[in-house]
Amino acid sequence: MENKDIKLINEDGTRIDGRRPDELRPIRMKVGLLERADGSAYLEWGGNKILAAVYGPREMYPKHQQDPARAVVRARYSMAPFSVDERKRPGPDRRSVELSMVISNALSAAVLTEEFPRTVIDVFIEVLQADAGTRIAGLTAASLALADAGIPMRDLVVGCTAGKIEGVVVLDLNKEEDNYGEADVPLGILPRTGEIVLFQMDGMMTEEELCTALDMAYNAAMEIHRMQVKALKDVYMKEAEEGGE
Amino acid sequence: MSTKLTESIMSEIKREYIESALSRGERIDGRGMDEFREIKIEKGIIPRAEGSAMVTLGNTKVLAGIKVEPGEPFPDTPDRGVMTTNAELVPVASPTFEPGPPGEDAVELARVVDRGIRESGMIDLGALVVEPGEKVWIVFIDLYILDYDGNLFDASSLAAVAALTDTVVPAERWDLGEDFKLPVTKLPVSTTFVKIGKNILLDPSRDEEAIAQARITVTTTEGGMINAVQKGLSGTFTMDEVRKVINKSIVIGEQVRERYLR
Amino acid sequence: MVKVREIVVPGELIDAPGLKPGRGVEVVGGKMYSLYLGIKTTRGGYVNVVPLKGKYMPRRGDKVIGKIVDIGPNYWVVDINAPYFAPLHVNDVPWKVEFGDTPRYLGLGDTILAKVSNISEVKQIWITLKEPGLRRLEGGHIFTLSPTKVPRAIGKGGSMISMLKEYTGCRIYVGQNGVVWIDGSPEGIMLVVKALRLIEKEAHTLGLTERVKELLEGESKR
Repeated sequence: MENKDIKLINEDGTRIDGRRPDELRPIRMKVGLLERADGSAYLEWGGNKILAAVYGPREMYPKHQQDPARAVVRARYSMAPFSVDERKRPGPDRRSVELSMVISNALSAAVLTEEFPRTVIDVFIEVLQADAGTRIAGLTAASLALADAGIPMRDLVVGCTAGKIEGVVVLDLNKEEDNYGEADVPLGILPRTGEIVLFQMDGMMTEEELCTALDMAYNAAMEIHRMQVKALKDVYMKEAEEGGE
Repeated sequence: MSTKLTESIMSEIKREYIESALSRGERIDGRGMDEFREIKIEKGIIPRAEGSAMVTLGNTKVLAGIKVEPGEPFPDTPDRGVMTTNAELVPVASPTFEPGPPGEDAVELARVVDRGIRESGMIDLGALVVEPGEKVWIVFIDLYILDYDGNLFDASSLAAVAALTDTVVPAERWDLGEDFKLPVTKLPVSTTFVKIGKNILLDPSRDEEAIAQARITVTTTEGGMINAVQKGLSGTFTMDEVRKVINKSIVIGEQVRERYLR
Repeated sequence: MVKVREIVVPGELIDAPGLKPGRGVEVVGGKMYSLYLGIKTTRGGYVNVVPLKGKYMPRRGDKVIGKIVDIGPNYWVVDINAPYFAPLHVNDVPWKVEFGDTPRYLGLGDTILAKVSNISEVKQIWITLKEPGLRRLEGGHIFTLSPTKVPRAIGKGGSMISMLKEYTGCRIYVGQNGVVWIDGSPEGIMLVVKALRLIEKEAHTLGLTERVKELLEGESKR
């Protein structure tokens, strides 16, 4: 707010990277690229580069952490030291502890955890390069990795953010917009039912602005879901083509 | 192991009790769906702290203590003071709280309370500069959970906000001029709801929390502004439910602000 | 270009009028949705989704190949490629084992062919060696397939596995848990592994048997 010298919205209404207010950054997804993991996915979203890997379900140790009725979905969100401008000290900080928790909760909403009592499904999200919106990009990648691992799910989970810059509600903030904007609204949904599994907000917004942001992120999530479906199916379509030659 | 088993059997019985009451449109303690438990705020109970407040919300008790000390500003904000929030789920509060560094629940609690205060601009950090780029006032908000009977988010947020309004910056102690009241511009209020079945309830008790599938906290300030939202637990909300919660939070937040914080 | 069976993803609507929901399918509000990234199949009036990957979920009566990973005084712990380890109690082996004498019969890393005898509500698994044919597997080579691809590796009426045996002269046993035991000449074993890799990769395609046959013929001519 105090950096008045940075102009986030141009005269013609476009943003500093040329996008319209409701336009997503380019997104690319690839599924099943890691050899050892039970499931994996790689996602590029704007300048974000994120790898997700799933191990399990496997028996939870120590035993007292087991849930006798269901599997525990344990996501770990982690940022590589080189993922940001100023080197980040390795290991979990308070922010990643919180994000790991909200991502674990969001994924648990989709997984049929009751199928695997006493187990843990570990989801490792590694942010290799960060460019705003890493938590929802990580969530989107993690859900692909879970599907790739053959874990039963009611639906995929898809994330998107909206926010407010210079008084305008916009979709999918980039790094500058995130730094100098007025609000950020990360949202995670189950696309089939539209249920909300992750919702955070910080900044300054009216009720109307927040509802507009929610709608914007929701509609974009549906578009991102179509990319997820294609990325999952492509793995097997492409292999078939190669195998047939 | 055995205590865990006893607790899970207890909660099954309580679950049925709570759910059957909800199916008749009632809560087991007789409250309405959008009603807080009794709120009591006592300020200044720790005179050695620069500011303090004890909040009692039903049987939940949270003590907030504020310390203010000079220190270095962050390099990217040389002309602003610093605030930081920490929460301790101290073992006196519940048999399930253990001593040691804050776990993920305490981290989430502290970060959500922090976000509401920070994003609302409650503390005028620009007025906490001693020497730009060199020395600013650092405001430490420490939350002590003394008795856990549900809804730590709202009790902690109220305690922190009340304690900040009680705070005097101890400039004389550091030979930095005269003591002055911490400049406070806004009064953020957090409202937390849980979802049990199809019901959405404000200010969940511990029993209600134990069987809730999803939780949402919305922090609002004067003029109907929203400053922070946090959805918790592994259940879901519909878009419609979220819109209603946001609207209620603004209305109820204003009532709490008028009645308890002004 | 190879024809692919229909692939569905978790949450995808399954349009199958007149068919009943089978495995891997959830019904919500009268509509069917897939629970897995898998292949949609219809059989006997039911529509199923067979996952393309995933852990082995034990079923009573399954014959599985496992590895001893821990030993107690009166039991062994066996890794059967499932989310859970399976204990093998001394009462469930065909030998009379004195308390504490367990390592003399089965050592760490030994491979066994066992049967799943029981599974409890909380998925505690018991396995047994007390049945003809169940035993310690001596020598040989272990290859692990995705358990969801076991039916393809065995083939209709055992056709795929018979073909592999015929072309390579190997002894092969496919556990329901996806663990395959192969014994024979080094060249034969490597050829079986090659064929299993092809099956693993292309289990979702049509005409797989033909392509495995081509591979086996091509390699045997060398």
